[in-house]
Amino acid sequence: MALAAFAPSVYADARSDAKSQVEFGIKVAQNGLWKEATYRWQKAVELDPTYAAAWNNLAIGFEHEGKFDDARQAYDKAVTLDPKNLLIRQNFDLFKEINDRAKRRSDR
Amino acid sequence: MTARSAAAIASLVLLTSVSACTNFFEVPIETPISAKMDVSAFRRVLIAGFISGGTDDVDANLETVRLLRSQLRSKSALRVIEAEVLPLAEMVADKAKASVQGGEPAQGGIDAVPSLPPAAAPTGSDTPAAAAPSPASGSPASGPPATSADVRIRTEKDLEKYQSIFADVAFWKKIGEEYENPLIVTGTVLFTPHQTSGFVTRNIEQYDQLGRRTVVPIRTYMERKGFILTPKFIFIDGRTGATLHSETMHEEILYSAQQNTPALSSYFELMDKVLPTFLGTLSSQKVRGTRVLLR
Repeated sequence: MALAAFAPSVYADARSDAKSQVEFGIKVAQNGLWKEATYRWQKAVELDPTYAAAWNNLAIGFEHEGKFDDARQAYDKAVTLDPKNLLIRQNFDLFKEINDRAKRRSDR
Repeated sequence: MTARSAAAIASLVLLTSVSACTNFFEVPIETPISAKMDVSAFRRVLIAGFISGGTDDVDANLETVRLLRSQLRSKSALRVIEAEVLPLAEMVADKAKASVQGGEPAQGGIDAVPSLPPAAAPTGSDTPAAAAPSPASGSPASGPPATSADVRIRTEKDLEKYQSIFADVAFWKKIGEEYENPLIVTGTVLFTPHQTSGFVTRNIEQYDQLGRRTVVPIRTYMERKGFILTPKFIFIDGRTGATLHSETMHEEILYSAQQNTPALSSYFELMDKVLPTFLGTLSSQKVRGTRVLLR
């Protein structure tokens, strides 16, 4: 009983910690520090694996580093968690366009 | 509290609430796409020359060599070797002539003719040894022309007769040794005039009585002319003479029959479309775009 009462606050803490990691990641990404940003978003999804925005940002970070497989997995996760989010879908579509092009090049 | 400090607090609250509402941030990103070929083993690149044909208006061999060298100089980490452009088609023809006369080709030195199979030998399933002369090229269908003066390549079929030079490992290895084992770029370039007629959809601007602009698609019959560019780039390891990679591209452009566009302009226009793919083979590229970060 006590545990059940405690659980929501644990999740709330996890989300709040993850959120601060995400926000810091956004700030540093806007300044061009993508490695640091990706590290922060990785921390965020570790803290709260249900945080779709963090997965979306992490996917972008991976994309920026050219880690296409990791980016696809992260986008998949983001879309699964928040299927109605058009911004995530738009990012994923743009990613797929470039990824497919890169794949075609390597297949030739 | 003064009116000024009240206004400052109010604007601060407003700013905070606005930024709190912003849950997404559009950011520019550069996605790296790695090169198709690993050229880390090479420090230098030799654009050797191309077997070209199609039209006499443009020397596609010379122009392609010049263009690729200038592009690689600025867009690749490889050092571009400045050397005489190899007249590959003439070399193949001279070799064929030497074989026909029964003399052994000269050996040694890069200006030696390549060690190709005799011209009389079949070079492919569609090139019988005793075939009649090709009306398009004026050369025997079985192999390259007997003299370099006969080199006249008009179609892809004409080009086929010269393809064997790219498989001549000894020839390319010799060139590689001469230039300290660079990556060698060679291949074929066919730049042919093209004419077509038919219905074309064009967008026509129209204005109504109120001055509103609308764009209406209209189908019109048009005679058009232009060019087709079909380059095949072959990348050869100068250390071994072996082909590492090859890539064929195809681009075409059409103008209205009244438009008089010089062949050289069309050539550069078409090469502009081909160049990103060519450069992407040797060096990694960055694709610029935007993504939306979420809070």
